[in-house]
Amino acid sequence: MTDTLTYDGSFNGLLTTVFEIYAHKIKNPTIQTQLQAQQPLFGTSSSVVTDVDKAQRVYKRLQELSTAGDMSMFYRAYLSEIRGIENTLYEYCRMTFTAGKAPTGDYGNTTLLKLSQAAKMVGREKHRMEAFIRFHLIDGDIYYANCEPDFNVLPLISSHFKNRYADQRWVIYDLKRDFGISYDLDSVQEITIKFNDPGLQRGITNKIDGQESRFRESENNYRNLWNQYFKSVNIESRKNMKLHLQHVPKRYWKYLSEKVA
Amino acid sequence: MNYERIKEKLEILADAAKYDVSCSSSGSKRKNTTKGLGDSSGMGICHSYTEDGRCVSLLKILLTNVCIFDCAYCVTRKSNDIKRVAFTVQEVVDLTINFYRRNYIEGLFLSSGIFKSPDATMERLVRVAKKLRLEENFNGYIHLKSIPGASDELMQEAGLYADRLSVNIEIPTKEGLKLLAPDKDHKDFIQPMKAVKNAIDLYKSEKKIIKSTPVYAPAGQSTQMIVGATGESDRDVMYSAHYFYNKFQMKRVYYSGYVPVANDARLPAIGTEVPMMRENRLYQTDWLLRFYGFDIREILNDQHQNLDMDIDPKLSWALRHLDQFPVNINRADKRMLARIPGVGLKSVHKILSARRYRKLGWEHLKAIGISINRSRYFITCDSRDFERRDLTASQIKNQILSTSHSKYRNNFNQQLSLFA
Repeated sequence: MTDTLTYDGSFNGLLTTVFEIYAHKIKNPTIQTQLQAQQPLFGTSSSVVTDVDKAQRVYKRLQELSTAGDMSMFYRAYLSEIRGIENTLYEYCRMTFTAGKAPTGDYGNTTLLKLSQAAKMVGREKHRMEAFIRFHLIDGDIYYANCEPDFNVLPLISSHFKNRYADQRWVIYDLKRDFGISYDLDSVQEITIKFNDPGLQRGITNKIDGQESRFRESENNYRNLWNQYFKSVNIESRKNMKLHLQHVPKRYWKYLSEKVA
Repeated sequence: MNYERIKEKLEILADAAKYDVSCSSSGSKRKNTTKGLGDSSGMGICHSYTEDGRCVSLLKILLTNVCIFDCAYCVTRKSNDIKRVAFTVQEVVDLTINFYRRNYIEGLFLSSGIFKSPDATMERLVRVAKKLRLEENFNGYIHLKSIPGASDELMQEAGLYADRLSVNIEIPTKEGLKLLAPDKDHKDFIQPMKAVKNAIDLYKSEKKIIKSTPVYAPAGQSTQMIVGATGESDRDVMYSAHYFYNKFQMKRVYYSGYVPVANDARLPAIGTEVPMMRENRLYQTDWLLRFYGFDIREILNDQHQNLDMDIDPKLSWALRHLDQFPVNINRADKRMLARIPGVGLKSVHKILSARRYRKLGWEHLKAIGISINRSRYFITCDSRDFERRDLTASQIKNQILSTSHSKYRNNFNQQLSLFA
């Protein structure tokens, strides 16, 4: 008989769930987010209320038994939002607590290998976002960028952008998860924007059919210069579209002006 | 800003600079400590990729395509009838800053045709870098070309503002250089490399004593060779590369398959295919030397002057040294693990780490991600299933080739296709 536990999808929520499993000695737990939860045919289902203190206790214990690399892997795997990753994460916690030591580098172990592969995917997406974010200077001297990353990587990229663009105000908005990060020359905050016209706002990215671009002239000029540059550095006689697509998969194109124009 | 004019210049001067293949933006330690613009302390980032699959990381342009030299392999050679333009220092600075702010690029890669004199050219390049660093508080990546023949003092100054300096040797052999670039002297290429290397060493040793010593070209220097222009062998190319790595502690040597840009009897005709396969094999060899602990003489020597095109250099080496195999995955040291065909360094690391917990069998190795198809002839692991037949090198090679599909297959298939 399995017990299904649902949580709110947050990292603390997941850790609280791990806490509850131990507190109530639940035998065969299945963890799901409340969004994807389905009433199980057999067994029971209960929802876990996120409790920061409980989460902290689990996190601290995990930290004591792990290396910094393990913790980063754990967090990144969580951010992957892959269906069922919660159960692998729980399994990992269980292994760690039972052995009194994290299975660092045990790549022969399926649980660890799965997590390390998920973390790797997230790391790759993080790196892609650091590369493919394109800022546009909009009213109020804010550099604005939209994105729709495969995984929830904004928490991972904020320090990169903060260090790099320390002297300009910027906003990076994740349209898929409907939240963004904003930097006000001092610190980075999480924000949500109420778009007046969501369709139009998406259009901020690139070409809008039958519509004048809403940017200033200088902004369009720089975009065109970039597009021109992109065209000029290509060596026609070496063309290799397969490789090109491998590096820049089509799902990212809509936010890359050089690929749309 | 005169937008149309800039656009035209950008078109011409980016086009002329694209044959420089270096695009790396990593290896520097320039942190953004003063709340300025940019930070190049992390890894390199490719912000886009051109349709030829190459990375676009830096704004790679020439300052001008005016040149007093007449090198046969170069688009901007004096005798070529093309439009000549030049950027002003301010224009380059504006472009760099504005591209950078929009997260288009990691920084600037500035090269130039040689106008008036090498010193005049180098001085102008340095001025761009200086302006970016001192006036714009820019901490992005700057790669400057060392102009052959420029004075040591200018090279000294260049390294204070640039992250990387490079001078392209272009032709791997002295004889080739004499043939294709009669105005250039081999010594003029070596001189700036020496100057940079000495300066790097000097600043490093001073830094040990005085902590406030500025960094000098923190991402080191690199060079580039054209392959396939003068009939040089792979051995010639890689031995030159080896020389540069050792003698000048180069961070990178780049190999650039010659793209025909001129009708010249000394060179491959326009329309000749770019030797991309060969380029790829040279890079593989380069990696074997730098990361896999191979010695250049093991891979290329008097008996083997050229690399195999149909198999990678590591497999080729292993087939010549079957006496050193099979390797026991659970016992072998790091050096030997790295020599197994189909096992990369990431896998080596994973194997070393995973075998502390348990003996590894085929299923583990497969899950870790090694290429079983190529490696199975060369390893034993915790399984009774291993290659028992005493296969010869050519048998193994044929089996591997028949079970794999290289994306380059068409490039080396010597057999004529019946239904092409």
